[in-house]
Amino acid sequence: MEQFIRDLIGNDLLATIVWCVLPLVFILGYAIVAILAEMKSASWFQDRLGPMRTGPWGIFQPFADILKLLMKEDIVPARADKILFNLAPFIVFVGAYAAFAVLPFASDYVGADLNLGLFYLIAVSSFGVLGIIMGGWASNNKYSLLGAMRSAAQIVSYEVPSATALLIVAMMVGSLNLQDIITAQSGGFWNWFILGGPKSDVVLASGAMLHADIGNFVFLPLLLATFVIYYLSALAETNRTPFDIPEGESELVGGYHTEYSGMKFGMFFMAEYANMFLVSAVAAVVFFGGWQSPWGITLGEALDIPVLTLLEGVFWTAAKGFFFVFVMMWLRWTLPRLRVDQLMYMCWKVLIPVSFALALVVGFIVVIR
Amino acid sequence: MGNYFKAIYNGIGTALVGMGVTWRHLWGKKVTIQYPTQTKPRFGRSRDRLYVNIEDCIGCDQCAKACPVYCIHIETIKAAPGVDLGKTSTGHKKRLHVSVFDIDFAKCCYCGLCVYPCPTECITMTDVFEFSEYERRNLLYHFSAMTEEEVAKAKEEAERAEAEKARKKAEAAAAAKAKKEAENAAKAKEEAGQSQAQASDAAKPEDAKPTSGTTSPGNADAAGNQGMKPEDESSGPDTGTS
Repeated sequence: MEQFIRDLIGNDLLATIVWCVLPLVFILGYAIVAILAEMKSASWFQDRLGPMRTGPWGIFQPFADILKLLMKEDIVPARADKILFNLAPFIVFVGAYAAFAVLPFASDYVGADLNLGLFYLIAVSSFGVLGIIMGGWASNNKYSLLGAMRSAAQIVSYEVPSATALLIVAMMVGSLNLQDIITAQSGGFWNWFILGGPKSDVVLASGAMLHADIGNFVFLPLLLATFVIYYLSALAETNRTPFDIPEGESELVGGYHTEYSGMKFGMFFMAEYANMFLVSAVAAVVFFGGWQSPWGITLGEALDIPVLTLLEGVFWTAAKGFFFVFVMMWLRWTLPRLRVDQLMYMCWKVLIPVSFALALVVGFIVVIR
Repeated sequence: MGNYFKAIYNGIGTALVGMGVTWRHLWGKKVTIQYPTQTKPRFGRSRDRLYVNIEDCIGCDQCAKACPVYCIHIETIKAAPGVDLGKTSTGHKKRLHVSVFDIDFAKCCYCGLCVYPCPTECITMTDVFEFSEYERRNLLYHFSAMTEEEVAKAKEEAERAEAEKARKKAEAAAAAKAKKEAENAAKAKEEAGQSQAQASDAAKPEDAKPTSGTTSPGNADAAGNQGMKPEDESSGPDTGTS
C-alpha cells in the first residue's frame, strides 16, 4: 500500500505526507457520519425524529453544523493563558490522531507497523489528557478547571484496567504487534479472541508460529469478561456517558471546553469522536479480528484482487469500529451519569481487581499449557 | 464479599435490561409531529383567533364592553328611516350600520369573554392560531364589510335624517313655545277681562294639543290655532275676546 502511493505520486516526501494524512481523511469522513448517527440515534432512542429539515431526513445536518463551527467567532477569554489555551485543543486532537498511526485498517495498510504497537497505542492515547488539563487550566474558569481535574483523575484511573485487559490478549498472542494480534484470529469468527482465541495453530504476520488447540475454549468466559472490562474503561477514557463527569453539562456547563468556541471547540469535538472510533477499533482489532471477515476468507483473496482485499479489510475495520461506536451511543441513552465516587469505586474496586485476577488466571493457563 | 459480586451482577444485569428498553425505543413509533407540514387536530373548544360574522352583527357593542383589554373597537351609524338593513340569522332586526369593527389581536388575550354576551352569536372563537405577523399593525383585523363609499353614504343619510329630526324637534319646540305664549297672552287677557275661573279650566286641555299634533306648518302662532279652538272647547266667548 505504501509502495503503491509512492509509485503513484513519484515523490517520496509527498508520498509520505499523503500516507500520513490518509487516516485523517478517514477520521473526517467518519466524524461526519458519526455526528449524524449521534444526532439520529439520540433522537430515535428518545422516540423523536431528530434533524429532518436539512436535506432528505436531515442527512446534511453535520455539514451545516461544521459550517456553523467554522463561521463562529473564536473567543479567547481576557484572563486566559493564551498560549496554553490555544494549544490545548490541538494537543488533544494530536493525542487522538497519533494513535491512528498503528491502527491496522487492512492487512497491508497500517501507518506504522510497530512491534510495540499496542504499547504505543496505550501510551499515546492517554496523551490527550495533557491537552484537557491544559485547556481546563488555561481557561481561567472554575468549571473548566473542575472538569479538567475530574478528567485527569478519571483517565489516569481507567488507564490501568484498560491496559491490563489489552495485556491479557497480548499474553496469549505473545506479541504487541497489532497485525500479529489480528492474524492470530484469522480463520473465522470462532477464532476471535472474544470467543477464546485461535483454535488451531496459526502463523502470525511476523512469521512466528502460534500454537493453539481446541482447548482455547477455556478462555471464552475469561476473555468475554476481559472485553467487558476493556470496553467499559475505554468508554471512561473517551469521557462518554455514563462516564462523562469531566464534561457533565448539567453540573459543569461544559467541563474543560466551557470557554472554547468556534473551531477550537470543534477540535475537542473531533478529538472525542476520533477517540471514540479509536477505542472501538482497538476493541475490534484485539477481540473481534480487526480487518478479518467473520467467515475467515475474503472475496479479494479468493479472486486474487489485491485492491478488493484492501477495501474489504477497511470495510471490516470500519464496520466493527462503527458497531462499537454505536454501542457507545446506545449506552449513552441507557445509563445515567455516574457520581464521582461511583466512578472511582467502579475503577479501583471492580475493574482493576477483576482485570488483575483475569490476567493472573490467563497468564497461568498460558504458561502451563 | 457476596454483596460485592451481587452488586457487579446486578450492575451488568440492569444495564442490559436498560439497553433492551432503549433498543425497543430505537425502533419504536416516533412521537414527533413535523409541525408546519403536519399538525395535530385542534380541540373542539379551542379558544384562538376571533371571527366576526359581520352579516349577523347588530352593532350592540356588548362584546367591546365585555372585553377586559379593550381590543374591540366598534363604530356604528344609525340606519336612516327609509333604509331596511334586514334581519340577522337569529331573527334580530338590524338597525345600525356597523362601519368599523376592529379587533386588535396584539392586545387580545383570548379569554373568550366577548363571545358570551353577543345576542346574535356573530362573534366566535375559531381554532386558527397561526397568524403571526412581521408588523404589529397587521394584527389589527378589520371585520366591517362596508366600503368607504358605503360608510360615507350611510353617514350622509344618517346626518340628513338627524337634521330632519332636529328640525322637526325645533319646529315642535317652537310650536309649543308659541302656544304657550298664546295661552299666556289669553290668560292675561282673561285676567284683564275678569273671567279667571273659566280661563284656567280651558288652559289645561289646550296644553297637550300642540305637542301631540306634530305635522303643523311652520310658525304656527296663536292666530293659526284660533280657528281650531272654538270646536274644542265651549269657551267661545273667551276666544272671541282674544
